[in-house]
Amino acid sequence: MPADPKAVLTGVHFLNGDVACCEGALAAGARFAAGYPITPSTEIVERFASRAPEVGGVFIQMEDELAASIALQGAVWGGAKSFTVTSGPGFSLMMEHVGYAAMTETPCVFVDVQRGGPSTGLPTLPAQGDMMQARWGSHGDYEVIALCPNSPQECFDLTIKCFNWAEDYRNPVVLLMDECVGHMTEKVVIPPAEQIDVTPRHLTDKRPGDYLPFKPCDNLVPEMAHAGDGYRFHITGVTHDERGYLAVTSQAQDKLVRRLCDKIRSAADQLTLVEEEGTEDADVVVVSYGITSRVAERAIRMARERGLKVGKLRLITIWPFPENRVRAVARRVKTLVVPELNLGQMVYEVERVAGGLARTVGVTHAGGGVHRPEDILAAIVEGAQ
Amino acid sequence: MLTEIRFAGFGGQGILLAANIVGKAAALFQGGHATLTQSYGPEARGGASSAQLLISDEPILYPYTTQEDILVVLSQEAFAKFAPGMKPTGLLIVEEELVRVSDLPPTVHVFSIPATRLAEELGKRVVLNVVIVGFLAALTHIITKEAYLEALKASVPKALLDLNLRAFEKGYACGLSARQREALPEETAVSEPAWSEP
Amino acid sequence: MSDNLMLENAALQVEEALPESMNPVEPFLRSERIPHIWCPGCGIGTTVNCFARAVMDSKLDPNKIAVVSGIGCSGRVAGYVNLDSFHTTHGRAIPFATGLKLANPELTVVVYSGDGDLASIGGNHLIHAARRNLDIKVICVNNLIYAMTGGQSAATTPESCTTATSPYGTFEPTLNLPHLLEAAGATFIARWTTYHVMQLAKTMKEALLHKGFSFIEIISPCPTLFQRRNQMGDGLETMKFYKEHGKTKHGADTASLDMTKSGDIIIGKFVEKKDRPEYIDHMREYYTQKLGRPFEYQVKTC
Repeated sequence: MPADPKAVLTGVHFLNGDVACCEGALAAGARFAAGYPITPSTEIVERFASRAPEVGGVFIQMEDELAASIALQGAVWGGAKSFTVTSGPGFSLMMEHVGYAAMTETPCVFVDVQRGGPSTGLPTLPAQGDMMQARWGSHGDYEVIALCPNSPQECFDLTIKCFNWAEDYRNPVVLLMDECVGHMTEKVVIPPAEQIDVTPRHLTDKRPGDYLPFKPCDNLVPEMAHAGDGYRFHITGVTHDERGYLAVTSQAQDKLVRRLCDKIRSAADQLTLVEEEGTEDADVVVVSYGITSRVAERAIRMARERGLKVGKLRLITIWPFPENRVRAVARRVKTLVVPELNLGQMVYEVERVAGGLARTVGVTHAGGGVHRPEDILAAIVEGAQ
Repeated sequence: MLTEIRFAGFGGQGILLAANIVGKAAALFQGGHATLTQSYGPEARGGASSAQLLISDEPILYPYTTQEDILVVLSQEAFAKFAPGMKPTGLLIVEEELVRVSDLPPTVHVFSIPATRLAEELGKRVVLNVVIVGFLAALTHIITKEAYLEALKASVPKALLDLNLRAFEKGYACGLSARQREALPEETAVSEPAWSEP
Repeated sequence: MSDNLMLENAALQVEEALPESMNPVEPFLRSERIPHIWCPGCGIGTTVNCFARAVMDSKLDPNKIAVVSGIGCSGRVAGYVNLDSFHTTHGRAIPFATGLKLANPELTVVVYSGDGDLASIGGNHLIHAARRNLDIKVICVNNLIYAMTGGQSAATTPESCTTATSPYGTFEPTLNLPHLLEAAGATFIARWTTYHVMQLAKTMKEALLHKGFSFIEIISPCPTLFQRRNQMGDGLETMKFYKEHGKTKHGADTASLDMTKSGDIIIGKFVEKKDRPEYIDHMREYYTQKLGRPFEYQVKTC
C-alpha cells in the first residue's frame, strides 16, 4: 500500500545518513521509536523526536538499551510499526532482544550505526565490526535479515525495505549502517508518498478461537494479531507450540527453531540485493559492502586504468548471505578480494562459499577510518596474477 | 571534475553549516554531486571542528578529502593541522584576525578576510560563516551565485534570512575586490568552473 | 437406552450443569494449561485468583486487558490467564509493557512478575516507569527469594535468612520496595500478603481503575525453598504467620516498611495520588500546547 503522505518529506534534500534513515522509518509507517543515546546513531532518534509529534507518533528515551530494544516489541504487539537505533556497546546490550524478536516472530527493525570496537572502542569513528554480531549475537539458532547501505539515499530506501521485510517475514531486520554513512551528507530524493510501497502488517482474519499465533502459512510465516483485538493469545520466548504455549521438549524445539530458520533461508534469493558489474570476464572481483564499497569502487577504477580485469559485487543484503550470487561469481574468477573495516568477518563467509572455486583474499582494516584505495588496489593486483 | 574542500575552525563558528550550504548549493541547486563528512566527537564539541566537502559533476565514491583544493581555516590550530596537507597550488581562505599564515609553499593562493569582525558589524557574530561562504563564492566559480543564494534560503530560518543574505553579500563583495587585487591566475584549478559554466 | 448412550447423556448433563458449578474465575484462566507449575503451598496461585476476581469486579472488558510477565515462577502468570498475555525476557516486562501501552492506550496493561525479575534485574525499569507515571499496573509477587532457579538470595531476602547462595545467612541490606517506588513517583502503592485475599482483590481492582503507575507488592510464601530452608514451616504455617504479623496501616510512611525475617509485615494501601498527571495524558496536553493544535496521537497504525 502507499505510504501515508502526512509523514513523507517528499522532495530533494541534503541529508546525512542518520536523518535519511529516520525519514525512511517515518515513510515506512513507524510512529514509535524507543532508544537510548549513543554516538554515532543518536541523530536518528533526535530527528524522530522532532518529527514524531507532527505525525502523531512518539519517541521514548528509555533508561537503557535493554529497555529500548523490548519497548519497541511491546509497541509492535500493540499495533505500531516500531524501531530502535543504536551503536557499538548498545547493540551488544540489545542482543537478548534480537533473539526474543526472532523467537516471538515480532516484526521490528534494529538500526546499528557501527563504530570501532570492542567495548567503547572508537565512539565517533567508523568500522564494520558488527557484521557477525548482527547474525550470531543472540544465543541459539535463529536468522535475521540485515541490509547495508552505502549512502544517505540508501539509508532512506533500505530503511523502508527493512520495515517491509520485517512484516513479510515476521522477523527482526537489522540495518547495518556505519559512522561514515551515518554522518555523511548527500543529496537524498524522497519520492511522493504514493510511489513508496509500504507493506501492511499481515493480520489474521480468523475468528478468535481459530487463530494460532505461531501456526505458519505456506511461506512458513504465521499471521499476526494485536493485543486488544479479542484473540487473547499468548506470546513467549520459551520454546512453544503453535498456540504459543510452552513446550519444553526436544521435538517442539526442533519443529519451531527449524521453521524460524527455514522461513528466512528458503527466501534467501528473494531477499538478495546486490550490485554486480563487470564480473563477466573479470580475473578479480571485489566483494564489498557499506562504505567500503565506495572506497573499493575507486580501487577498481584504478586497477582498470592499469588494464586489469576487475569486477565488483556489492552486497546490499548481508544476511541471509547472498550465497548463490557469490558462488556464481566465484566460478568465473581467479580471486575474490574482500575489503572490510574489521579484521576479517564477511571474508570468511565469502571463503566458505567460494572454497574450491576461487581464491579469497581479505583486506583488513581495524576501523577508525576507511581503507586507502591503494591497499585494495594492491590486493587486486596480486589477485590478478 | 572533483573539488576537495575542507572547512576547519573551532566549535561555534558555524563550520558545519558553512560546508552544508556549499554542499547543498552544489548538489541541490546546480545539479552536481556533493558529499559532506564531518569530524565528529568530543573534540568537535566546543573544541576543534572540521568538515570535508567533495563536489563533482559525477557521483562521488571515496568520501573523504585526500589533498584539499580549497582549505578554509578559521583558527590557528586548524591552519597548523590542515595547511600542510593541502594542494600546493590550492586556495587557502583564512580568518584574517585569527590566523597568522606561515611556512606555506609560495604557490598556494592565500586570501584572508576579517569575517568575525564583518559579521559583528552586521549585528550578529554568528553569521561569520556565511560571510566566509560569500567570500568563497566570489573567489571560485565552481558554483553559481544563484545556487548559493538558493542554498542559503534553504538553510537558515526565515526570520534570519535577511541578515544572512547581507552577510553573504558582504563576503561576496570582499571576495570580488580581493580577486581583482590579487589577480588570481585563470589557470588555477580553483578559479575554473568545475562544471556547468554559470 | 443402551448403557453407552446413558453414559453419554449423563456426561452431557454434567457438562450442562458445569457453568453453575464452575469456579467463577475460570473464564479468566486457560484451564487447558492446568495443572500449573507452582508448588503446593506456593502463594502465586492465590494471587491469580484474587486478580481474576479483581478483573471481574472492575467490569473492564477482558479483551482490552493485557498481562505482561518477566521470567521466574511469578513470570508464569501470563501463561495461565485467559487474556492477551506476553511472557517476555528476564527483567524486561516493564519496558515491554511501556511500548504496548504507548502503542494502544486503550489497553489496561498489567505487569505481573516476581521480586527478582522486577526489583533486581529489572530494577532500573521499575524506577523509571514509576518516574514517568505511565498507566501500567505492576503486581509484584515477593517471595523473598529466587525460586525458579532454586532458591538463591534476592535483593528482598531479609537479613539472616539461609538461601542456596547464602548458606551462612544473608547479610546484605534489603530493598524496601514501596519506599523505593514512592521516591520514584508511583501514584498507587500497596502491600498485602497472600493471607489477605479479600483486601488484595479489592486493592487490585482499585489499581486496575487507577490512572497512573500502580504498584502492589504481595508477600508470598515459597515453602519449598524459603520457608523450608529457614525452618519457617509449610504453607499453612506461613499463613498463620502472615495473619499474626500482618499489621494493616493504610497510609503508613513507606520509609517504615522494611521487612525482617520474623518481624511484623506492615500492609495496606500506602499511596494513592491523583495530583501527578499520567504520562500519556500529560504528553497529549503538552504537545497540544507546544504544537499549537491538537496532538493527534496515533501510534497504532497497523
